[in-house]
Amino acid sequence: MLKNITMGQYYPVDSVVHRLDPRMKLILAILFIVAVFMAHSFVGYLLLLAFLIFACKMSNVPFRLLLKGLRPLRMIIVITFLLNLFFTPGEDLWVSFWIIRIYREGFMQALFYSMRLVFLVAGTSLLTLTTSPIALSDGIETLLSPLRVIHFPAHELAMMMTIALRFIPTLLEETDKIMKAQMARGADFESGNLIVRAKAMVPLLVPLFVSAFRRAGDLAMAMESRCYHGGEGRTRLRVLKTTKNDWLALLILLLLIGLIVLEGIFLKGVLF
Amino acid sequence: MSIEIRNLTHCYSEGSALRTVALDDISMTIEDGEFLGIIGHTGSGKSTLVQHLNGLLKPTSGQILVDGEDLNGEHVNRRALRQRIGLVFQYPEYQLFEETVAKDIAFGPKNQGLSKEEIDQRVRYAMDCVHLDYDKYSNQSPFELSGGQMRRVAIAGVLAMKPSVLILDEPTAGLDPRGRDRILSMLEELHSRENVTIVMVSHSMDDMARLATRLIVMAEGKILASGTPREVFAREDMMVSAGLGVPDASRLCRALREKGLDLPDDLYRPEELKEHLLRLWRARREGGAAPC
Repeated sequence: MLKNITMGQYYPVDSVVHRLDPRMKLILAILFIVAVFMAHSFVGYLLLLAFLIFACKMSNVPFRLLLKGLRPLRMIIVITFLLNLFFTPGEDLWVSFWIIRIYREGFMQALFYSMRLVFLVAGTSLLTLTTSPIALSDGIETLLSPLRVIHFPAHELAMMMTIALRFIPTLLEETDKIMKAQMARGADFESGNLIVRAKAMVPLLVPLFVSAFRRAGDLAMAMESRCYHGGEGRTRLRVLKTTKNDWLALLILLLLIGLIVLEGIFLKGVLF
Repeated sequence: MSIEIRNLTHCYSEGSALRTVALDDISMTIEDGEFLGIIGHTGSGKSTLVQHLNGLLKPTSGQILVDGEDLNGEHVNRRALRQRIGLVFQYPEYQLFEETVAKDIAFGPKNQGLSKEEIDQRVRYAMDCVHLDYDKYSNQSPFELSGGQMRRVAIAGVLAMKPSVLILDEPTAGLDPRGRDRILSMLEELHSRENVTIVMVSHSMDDMARLATRLIVMAEGKILASGTPREVFAREDMMVSAGLGVPDASRLCRALREKGLDLPDDLYRPEELKEHLLRLWRARREGGAAPC
């Protein structure tokens, strides 16, 4: 019942995309977000879609997994669409009925904004689907480490992230287990009104918190007994290396941004 | 109440790269009144199997019939059924949540919708079953107890529903010898006195030798062997290759046989080995030879 959380889950297969340097992948993800915000036309979005499909193909991740990550956000996407559709004023009136006014501009904006959301989520879930949480926080740590000059705790932040990510599946598993154990004692988590259901969570939450605190204590003890003392002078087991493929991927993405910008300048108004 | 399993297969993460087959076409029957032991290496599918027995997991394919009725059928009240087939999970002490021991044990009966008096009676009964003194412990917080006591409270929480089948997943894991002995003798009593059908998952061969009337050996999601403990433990080679081994008494018996002592080849309980050794020793003494 808790297994269908796909957003941000690592999909462990081997591919060119999986092997890219996590630092580069983070930069690529940021550039992709930039590209998404630069696109203002159908051609731009088509280019983005083409890139996403290409990246997805290269990564051996099934395309439906990317779409599955959108499911938790479907309400937000629908609401974005509707709000923009009904409340954007324009000149070209399409529908006028009772108090509802739909303009061509509103429709276009609604379409583009919701597509933007879709691309943002799909693009970033491709990052987390192809990068293991450990590699990801390693990448974040090295990308942020220049900020250490201004006493920014890059290592501590990355460590906290790693630990938090590391414990998500553990806690989910634990929740599942406790839930089953209480169900075996006749607990019912699914029926009743809001108050009844909230009350039914107590037998789940109390043991979960108890075990989370216990695990946190154990982990702190285990880290300390292995002489963990923060990031100072710490070397790495896996040293991150940038390869030819990384620069190639960067080139492709810059090309994508370039195309979108050029299209915005020269084709604006020609197609939509 | 008999439970019949027909061609049960279970896959985790069906339809993704993480797909693993945990149970592969299992068929077996749990008879009324038996003490069934399920043994197997870590990851052999034992825990997955027992979670099917009261409908917490749904089979990928296959059926589980309780008294002839499909457990996953449309009109089955699974909540009511779970109270007749009690399941004690691995490390059950982590499911305790109430302020007092008595309240925690009452959780199950309360969900059954019983009257206050009946609940109180059930709590007393369950605490008596697990050898916890009602007057001393009922008002304590379960989080103040020792690990072994917490586990007994958790088992009492299931027993308070008076299930006719009790399933336990590694009930002795992580306990000291005394805590282990307490749980085992408690199960022994439940089985003989209350006539509860018991299914116990364990990888302690000695626990199994002491209690089980029938054994099922699992390996890689399949049933490798099944039979009485005597039959199963006699096949030491098979047990070793499944990564399991045999009870200490069986091993000792085999070592003694290799030294030339006249012992049967299927002893597995410490008591019966002792009997046989005493018999040999007396026979030698009476025969005039020096005791060995």
